[in-house]
Amino acid sequence: MLRFIATRLLQSIPLVIGVSLIGFALMHLAPGGPLAVYTLNPSINAQDIERIRIIFGLDQPIHIQYVKWATGMLRGDWGNTFFGGRPVLDVILERVPATMLLMGSALAVAIVLGLAIGILGAVKRHSIFDYLATSGALFALSFPTFWFGLMAIYVFAVRLRWLPSGGMFELGEEDNIIDLLRHLVLPTAVLGLVITASWSRYARSAFLEVLQQDYMRTARAKGLRFHQRLLRHAFPNAVKPLIALLGVELPFLFSGALVAETIFGWPGMGRLFVDALSMKEYPILMGMIVFTALFVIVGNLLADVAIAAIDPRVRLA
Amino acid sequence: MTATVAVNFGAGRRLARRFAGHRLALFGAVVVVLLCAAALFAPLIAPHDPVELDTSLRFMAPFQSATHPLGTDEIGRDTLSRLLYGGRVSLTVGLVAMLTTVLTGASIGVLAGYLGGWVDALLMRFVDTMLCFPQVFLLLVIAAFIPPTLLSMSLIIGLTSWMEVSRIVRSEVLHLREQDFILAARALGASSGRIMFRELLPNAAAPILVAATLKVASAVLMESYISYLGYGVQPPLASWGNMLTNAQGYFDTVPWLAVLPGVLITLTVMGFNFLGDGLRDALDPRLTLNR
Repeated sequence: MLRFIATRLLQSIPLVIGVSLIGFALMHLAPGGPLAVYTLNPSINAQDIERIRIIFGLDQPIHIQYVKWATGMLRGDWGNTFFGGRPVLDVILERVPATMLLMGSALAVAIVLGLAIGILGAVKRHSIFDYLATSGALFALSFPTFWFGLMAIYVFAVRLRWLPSGGMFELGEEDNIIDLLRHLVLPTAVLGLVITASWSRYARSAFLEVLQQDYMRTARAKGLRFHQRLLRHAFPNAVKPLIALLGVELPFLFSGALVAETIFGWPGMGRLFVDALSMKEYPILMGMIVFTALFVIVGNLLADVAIAAIDPRVRLA
Repeated sequence: MTATVAVNFGAGRRLARRFAGHRLALFGAVVVVLLCAAALFAPLIAPHDPVELDTSLRFMAPFQSATHPLGTDEIGRDTLSRLLYGGRVSLTVGLVAMLTTVLTGASIGVLAGYLGGWVDALLMRFVDTMLCFPQVFLLLVIAAFIPPTLLSMSLIIGLTSWMEVSRIVRSEVLHLREQDFILAARALGASSGRIMFRELLPNAAAPILVAATLKVASAVLMESYISYLGYGVQPPLASWGNMLTNAQGYFDTVPWLAVLPGVLITLTVMGFNFLGDGLRDALDPRLTLNR
């Protein structure tokens, strides 16, 4: 197992380097480059900018700049924000819990519902339920999430007044868990709907594949009950591709969370990103891009390790 | 309905399922054709100029008058006309982005699959790296860098979503290149370029076509979202996304202004998704096994 983890870690290194290269390139492609904030400031003249360029080492060859930037990133120095001059990494990390809460609850809903719908569809293949579930999932996947969110706000917050229209807390209710949950319902439902739809499709095909295997027939011939066959034999095998999917789908989850957060004013990373976009806070934008990509790499790594833990064939190969 | 009749009969149920599957694809095809026609003939169908304003007729509700069938917006512009012209934007961006995706993805996939070795390793690591970035994040950053035009938006969307296509094409090419007709082409002295683009790619057309159809759907979705956030099509030019941005301000009083563009986005995306799914059923026997 340790060997598997070590190999897998080594395989991630080129990805991390690739991500850092793209992040670095984006920063230099930004209008004004890394010094955009100074060029926009009218009280700083060209001479000052030249001096700042030299102080920041921007007059050096590009590969040296990259190495300096990358080693800085490794040490946790992700640069400072244009406005306020706070360390970028701190600003991003502050927003992580809110996004994790939203993504986690949406994912939990999606996994439970998606697996249930997918398994039922696979077991009762070609039934009315299966047909409705598969076409319903495709229908849900065609919804523009942001529009769905707006409609949900209109119905449940504006018209019915059942739920708050956005944010994470009412003023003065920061420690009230019920208040938090009330704010969590709509964003979770909107983000969860799309993920549930895709999960139900994947779960269905994963279980269909497993249910056709010979060992399932053997289990049936042994006289095992239906739920025993499903839980002991089908589930561990069908769930492996789904765990891998959890890693692979992480970028989509981040994209979806960004959309949900902007609609509902949820104070997470997506909201930070869109705010930074409108203020042209390039350091935060670049930091966020690299951060989410690294997060995805780690997520994929963990998913692979989890699969190896379930399946000896993977870790011994 | 057919479904209820078919409940008790295995064969009937299968038939119902097959028919229904095709019916959804058919529905998708009809929607796509209608939307394309509406966008193409927008100048002929639209009752008004989409940017012509008439402040005496603000917030007219739909189905109230023959001159403004779907009502008017906050400055008295005709909603139907704006929706039609918005459709042109969405479909143009969707199609051009799809072309970009397919051209980039197919070229990289066929190069990696056919040449193999370090080219393959390098290109596939690049694909893996690109797949680590959440598309919306990348899209928005680049969209904020450059002044938005229809072409730039299409290119940005296309260049951040080709990775799946290249993986599909590569795996198809890995399988195809071992076949006799490629050996024959090589024996006849065909160049690598000819083999890749004249022999291999046409034989991978079916999965590419399916992916392309589904890519139009996601590109339309992306365009509407970028425009909604204000980094895409700029007012007064209408797009379904920026119509939603405007409508948001008058949400509680005139909800239909927000409903209509959303319905059209959903319909378009759904049309291409159903069509793509149907094409996959029809063209890819390996995937159909599990249905």
